[in-house]
Amino acid sequence: MSPELLSWMSPELLNWVVIPAVKTAVILAIVLTIVAYATLLERKVLAYIQARVGPNRAGPKAILQPLADGFKLMSKEDLVPDGAMRFLHLLAPILIMVPALAIFAFIPMGDTTTLFGLLEEPVPIFVADLNVAVLFVIGFAGLGLYGVVLGGWASNSKYSLLGALRSAAQIVSYEVPQALALIGVLVLAGSMSLVRIVEAQREMGVWFAFPGFLAFFIYFVCGVAETNRNPFDLPECESELVNGYFTEYSGVKFALFYMAEYANILVVSCLSTILFLGGWLPPFPSLAVWQHLPSLPLFWFLAKVFVFIFFYIWVRATFPRYRFDQLMGLMWKWMLPLALANLILLALVKLWLLK
Amino acid sequence: MDRYIPILIFGLICCSIPLAMLAIQLFLQVRRPNPAKTEAYECGNPVKKEALAYRFSIRYLVIAILFVIFDVETVFLFPWAVSLGRLGLFGLIEMVVFLAILVVGYVYAYREGALTWA
Repeated sequence: MSPELLSWMSPELLNWVVIPAVKTAVILAIVLTIVAYATLLERKVLAYIQARVGPNRAGPKAILQPLADGFKLMSKEDLVPDGAMRFLHLLAPILIMVPALAIFAFIPMGDTTTLFGLLEEPVPIFVADLNVAVLFVIGFAGLGLYGVVLGGWASNSKYSLLGALRSAAQIVSYEVPQALALIGVLVLAGSMSLVRIVEAQREMGVWFAFPGFLAFFIYFVCGVAETNRNPFDLPECESELVNGYFTEYSGVKFALFYMAEYANILVVSCLSTILFLGGWLPPFPSLAVWQHLPSLPLFWFLAKVFVFIFFYIWVRATFPRYRFDQLMGLMWKWMLPLALANLILLALVKLWLLK
Repeated sequence: MDRYIPILIFGLICCSIPLAMLAIQLFLQVRRPNPAKTEAYECGNPVKKEALAYRFSIRYLVIAILFVIFDVETVFLFPWAVSLGRLGLFGLIEMVVFLAILVVGYVYAYREGALTWA
């Protein structure tokens, strides 16, 4: 881009408003495309695992299916059940969608890029690198719960209410071991900046999944539970609660809940990638081979994220659902002590092995 | 402070996405009102009473209280985790003492059956 083209703008306006807005647009375009195609991927993969064909009508290989779904849901009538709190009923899907998207402001998808030489100087592929990014991510992930609870509360349906209650108890319970597993990574990296965490993995020459394999396991299981996915999908199980907290939603509001679920899956996949699998680093980052090859940060990042998304679908197709008391027992009696022990273990590793 | 302005812009654009989708629906949707459509879903049975009039288990409250205790604990762990490299062995022993106090409470809750959902 030539400097003359942008010279009419003051540098403050350019640096603080225009460049962030452009980056936001690019990141959200990537995120929403992945979210849309994750729904198609899930239906296709589930179908093949169950020896069916799955969607195959909208375009070649059903490539237009997400667009068709989106258009269908946008043209549906917006129904509000009798006796529902109208404003909260409208607010809930917005409240669940916005934090799920806002988290991507903190997720670095790569270090810097020149867009294959198009730009004169490298540009970072993230909106902001904060030294407290991890706290923001946990905070925004917690905010999503408000949408779930309000949706169930405002719908005036007992299935929705039960789903919301279960969801609140479940998300709140799994947040504790998840945070403890995350703290294990902070101990290893010594920083709360997500960019620093990846850089630390480069400096140590090892992905944190190896010293922190227990933290990795706990983090991912809790991530599955927190996104209300199989085998922990009790808040929205189709067979007893008919989709739980969003039973009474239709049209775009339903679409927002549905998209938020996949956006949350993407968040957990991205964070697992950054925290444990070295983010945009190639496998075995200390190998000399990588010096001679072009670094493809976005490629490595999205490839690892795709593995996690596939794993989510695979898990859904494989495991039956937990019972609610088993779910709570698993978390409070097993995950929490395990996470605490793991934290002490990682602190010992940090003090003696990584010195 | 400069770093937070891009995040604010990101947040505003995020807010506009659901609002834009809801606005598009206003133009695209077809309204055919029908009293059966707005009934709360109950597998076809007539709705007997308001959903909030049903009672639910007290266990949810116990879980909420336990969550507050352990979540406050994690808040203390965050700054400790970042500075462990500088604190060294002293920091580790101090945190083990802090965790041991919490584990006493955990064992008590376990033995009282607060963690069992029945």
